Amino acid sequence: MNQPMDSASPYGADWIKALTDNAARWADTPASLYVADTTLAKQAGTFIAVVPDPDSRYPRARAGEVGLVEGWGLAHVLCDIVAADAQTSSKRAIVAVVDVPSQAYGRTEEAYGIHQALAAAAQGYIRARRAGHPVVTLIAGKAMSGGFLAHGYQANRIVSLSGTDVQVHAMGKHAAARITQRSVEGVEQLARQITPMAYDIDSYERLGLLHARLDVAPEAAGDSAAVARVRDALAEAAADIGGGVDLGSRIGRGERTATARVRERMAAEWPG
Amino acid sequence: MQTLSLEYTAGAPAAQRALAGVVGSGDLEVLLEPGVSGQTTVAIATSVDGVDEIWKAVIDRIFTEEGLAAYKVEINDFGATPAVVRLRIAQAMEQTTGDAAHD
Amino acid sequence: MTDVADLLERQSIVELPARARCQALLDSAGQRELLGPFERLRSPWLPKQDIVTQADDGVVIMRGTLGGQAVVMAAVEPAFQGGSMGEVGGAKIAGALACALADAENGTPVVPILLLETGGVRLQEANCGLAAIAEIHDLIVALRAYVPVIGVVTGPVGCFGGMSIAAGLCSELIVTREARLGLNGPQVIEQEAGVDEFDSRDRPMIWSLLGGEQRVTTGLAEHRVADDIAALRRLLGERVKADVQTPARLAATERFENLLAAIDPAAKATGESTREQFAATGATS
Repeated sequence: MNQPMDSASPYGADWIKALTDNAARWADTPASLYVADTTLAKQAGTFIAVVPDPDSRYPRARAGEVGLVEGWGLAHVLCDIVAADAQTSSKRAIVAVVDVPSQAYGRTEEAYGIHQALAAAAQGYIRARRAGHPVVTLIAGKAMSGGFLAHGYQANRIVSLSGTDVQVHAMGKHAAARITQRSVEGVEQLARQITPMAYDIDSYERLGLLHARLDVAPEAAGDSAAVARVRDALAEAAADIGGGVDLGSRIGRGERTATARVRERMAAEWPG
Repeated sequence: MQTLSLEYTAGAPAAQRALAGVVGSGDLEVLLEPGVSGQTTVAIATSVDGVDEIWKAVIDRIFTEEGLAAYKVEINDFGATPAVVRLRIAQAMEQTTGDAAHD
Repeated sequence: MTDVADLLERQSIVELPARARCQALLDSAGQRELLGPFERLRSPWLPKQDIVTQADDGVVIMRGTLGGQAVVMAAVEPAFQGGSMGEVGGAKIAGALACALADAENGTPVVPILLLETGGVRLQEANCGLAAIAEIHDLIVALRAYVPVIGVVTGPVGCFGGMSIAAGLCSELIVTREARLGLNGPQVIEQEAGVDEFDSRDRPMIWSLLGGEQRVTTGLAEHRVADDIAALRRLLGERVKADVQTPARLAATERFENLLAAIDPAAKATGESTREQFAATGATS
């Protein structure tokens, strides 16, 4: 039921520290947001991770979940980045390092509009991308549901690590089982057959949503060769964006064939 | 889920297509389109298993009536009662024969 | 006192299916449905799970005018799979918004109106639904630079999950008293956080926190409307001509941060305490 604290996942913090070479964290951001500036292929970059804060005043958001504080905090950070680079033509890269178990589930969260907080965070990434910032996401652990929508899904390119702890889904297995009136085994069984139902990153890759999947485990943040490979891949992904500002690169690849067909037919019927 | 296909002798193709209902609890969606001359086909997908006999009886009663146009019928059912099935098919048929301004 | 005759004359929005909502709200001349049911763009994933599909995958896209203004309406069918967003339905909304954006960029504004009666991602198509919702978020924000993007939540399902984030991104949000708006559905919160945290059977509590009235009072939605087609049509006719790019609830980052610092997260929030805190910090005023 209640998420035990020791399940708080360390990968977000591990990888942002490794990738930014322990660069100084931004001051004045919530303890659950790790933000640091570094270079990516000699260009300026800001890395952002949502990390566990066991001392958060918000008990439902202590294990790395995206809650009210994190949503508005991300919005604030992204707004500051866009404002700081508003007058320059070379916009810094933004890298979202993602290990989010979920959004925060709680009464206070709903009462004070957590959906609005997550909307503000998503808008922050969207505006940065559409202002010309290359935005790249590194999935370093769990990328779950509303947490991922607020932090990571709005990137121009998504790159992932590999391994059993690297997962993408709309809902945790136990909740999904309860809500769809199946057993956990039933959910796992379906997940093996139905690609979008699966939790594992290999299945996610088959949907055509990843720019690249690296054969690097999330546990490898202490391995300098692995870190160098990830850094290179992020730089390559940023360069691959070119001048693109939309999410078009995700369409027309992998098993989301219905998406491509619907988009094409809509464009054909739209003018009448 | 279970699927069923049924066929009936019919007249000339229906004048136009029509839709009634939604695939919601206790309801169904009926799509009617002009069939090939002389034949009505009914394709049913239902969430309720093991009730083929009831479906056949309900659909037979509707489409064995004399003088009906030929339809291609698709039914997507989410547990509707026979009364609701008859109602939705009647609503759809009314649209295919009624004012041609629709659609 | 409620006028009984007036009530009887009203045509409820809540009771209508998605297609009928579009037909009743748009100007009657010139309605045109895109990717309609006879194109049979159905879910490719539900049949693999032995689940009956709907020919339009539960999403209706209709172009037309409203009070003479060119609009595109996207309506989620509340009765089909809880108004959930699957791959096809999600792509229909994203595709329509992408076309509207291209038109807007070319100087032909079409105002999107989203009828958001949805539980969010369809769990049977989990990652495809999530991906489509991210694309919808992106396009709403992009469109807002050119046209108002209007969200409407009426009931009976309410608006939850990733689509509540879409609602939060709209330039204006219209709700009825019967609407509920929140990120996590009550059952999911109870499942994840326990019944002490959130009792999904406590309907008065849920309405006091997530209900349309509360959301308008606290500035998380802009307009309230009766469950009445004519009233919603009148209001939409005004709002499609409005010039709002960023609503207060999306521009209020620092005021929300002050609000979060001021409240006690351990205290059980009530409708009243929440209203007081919003009023005291002016988060969305």
